[in-house]
Amino acid sequence: MSEVILEINNLKAYYKILKGDVKAVDDISFVIKKGEILGLAGESGCGKSTLANTLISRIPPLQYISGEAKLLGKDIMKMSKEEFQKMRLRNISIIPQYALDAFSQTKKIRTFIADLASEHGIKADEEFFEKVKERLDFVNLDHSVLDRYPMELSGGMKQRVIMVISTILDPEFVIADEITSALDVSSQRFVATLLGKLRDEEIIGSVLFITHDLSILYQIADRIMIMYGGHFVEIGLTDEIIGNPLHPYTKALIASLPQVGIQYKDKKLSGIKGTPPSLLNIGEGCRFRFRCPYAAEICEETPQREKINDGHYIACWRWKEIGSDRNG
Amino acid sequence: MAEKNLNIMSVKNLSKVFKSGVIRPKYTAAVQDVSFDIKAGTIISLIGESGSGKTTIGKLILKLIKPSSGNIYYREKDIEEINNKDELKKYYKKVQGIFQDPFATFNPLYRVDRIFDMIYDSFGYDKKNKEERIYQVLQDVNLVPERTLGKFPHQLSGGQLQRLLIARALLMDVDVLIADELISMLDASTRIGVLNLLVELTKKNGMSIIFITHDLNLGYYISDESLIMYKGRLVESGDTKKIYENPIHPYTKMLFNSVPEIGYRWDPEEEFMPEQVIKDVEEFYKENAGKGFAMEEENHYVLYSID
Repeated sequence: MSEVILEINNLKAYYKILKGDVKAVDDISFVIKKGEILGLAGESGCGKSTLANTLISRIPPLQYISGEAKLLGKDIMKMSKEEFQKMRLRNISIIPQYALDAFSQTKKIRTFIADLASEHGIKADEEFFEKVKERLDFVNLDHSVLDRYPMELSGGMKQRVIMVISTILDPEFVIADEITSALDVSSQRFVATLLGKLRDEEIIGSVLFITHDLSILYQIADRIMIMYGGHFVEIGLTDEIIGNPLHPYTKALIASLPQVGIQYKDKKLSGIKGTPPSLLNIGEGCRFRFRCPYAAEICEETPQREKINDGHYIACWRWKEIGSDRNG
Repeated sequence: MAEKNLNIMSVKNLSKVFKSGVIRPKYTAAVQDVSFDIKAGTIISLIGESGSGKTTIGKLILKLIKPSSGNIYYREKDIEEINNKDELKKYYKKVQGIFQDPFATFNPLYRVDRIFDMIYDSFGYDKKNKEERIYQVLQDVNLVPERTLGKFPHQLSGGQLQRLLIARALLMDVDVLIADELISMLDASTRIGVLNLLVELTKKNGMSIIFITHDLNLGYYISDESLIMYKGRLVESGDTKKIYENPIHPYTKMLFNSVPEIGYRWDPEEEFMPEQVIKDVEEFYKENAGKGFAMEEENHYVLYSID
């Protein structure tokens, strides 16, 4: 059995607001093994970005409630800020959503990188920039970008610069949060492939790749985890999740994806009726039951995580009965 | 209801050059010599990446900006000649744009019923049928009027707001709807409903839709014809199936090659560089010098060279 890099057990993190608790990460458990790319997918508001934020920085009103998040055996939920800060970039690193907007328009890329480095206690000396240049080669960017301003670079180029910075200290674990969403299709392919290449060359260890786009995950993820309304839905090998989804939500999600080769004229696709529930003070029960065609009385209780086979888990009371009914 | 096979909109040799800077101005050609027709009751996809000029074309048709050269005809009338307030209003009654961000479109201080009231009144329709019409268009977009009218925009979901945008267009009985990245903000499970709705509207009301998108899968799903834009130029156009099955222009090929598809994995051995396409396009134009924008097969055109 290969080494576990990240182990999440029954993690809960809520947004504590005046009206109550927004239960965005509610009892999530999974592991990421060494060298694995785990894709995390779900729709807006399912808690996937909150999960990333819970691991990196719990900025109020987001609060850790209970559970564990063990990175390399150490529970990062119990760590002091200083202790965790020491692990940043070295052991754990995030390529955040909206990073493209993080550049300072009046600073050259070189200054931007130097500032960021010193913020993390790294000396931005000659040696450091030698490594930066090495990595720029790796992502196919010319060294001259260092002396350019952000506005002179395209979105795809900026994203590559961000990737260079986030992975400069060869972190064992990288969280990539919607890194392809703001890019053109051609850059999407390049950036997603690049992340895989960084992993293949063992520059970075494991990756949690968060996206709303299942077709990107199909390209690069080893396993896929699906979340809905703050709950865990299903996790399994990419081909199993895409080819033989067992949870009614996963089924419906995959069935609603338009693919090249399918035209309305020939085959009308259907979406999922209704909208995700509000997570504010939400009670017991499967959170998909309001939109689920298979919802029954038992679904008023929160379904427990059940093992299907090694690596494939599901949280649904009725998955066995539903079987491979594709109309879910 | 628009007549079948009528070119409801014709774009002829359209160009738009933007000038930036004052002392040493820089000129950027956002749209270069683009021509196409839209038939009544059809959906045409305008596909391209950022900076391809697709949104500029939408703005030109909506008269939000002026072309540098070329013409746009709506029902055979040059829209350049639509100038006075009344005529402009008439034009907007028939040609409408809906944009990416539904949250930014509606006045957040007004309830839906007031918003629709104002639209109805401002276009001077018969007051007697007002309520009935508003109910009708909401039902047409699968919204429950009773549950929608009393709400403020922020109380509705993204998908509901986009339906509301379409309902607004329906209220005005439009001929041409320009949908610019309409559903990019929506989740997979809700956007397919909006797409289906668009197709059904063209069938039922004879409306034409210009569907501006960067998403090839969505474009393929709903459109009869497609226009592929690259750096301000129309590089390939015609029947959607023909283009998707037999892409000729190197840029189109690159696009199809990079779109993530379920059931088909990117070749890990292939050295894929988005920048490579610039050279490929140059080569392609050189090889095909003199051919210009020409027919590849029936209803499938390619920009072979730009001489």
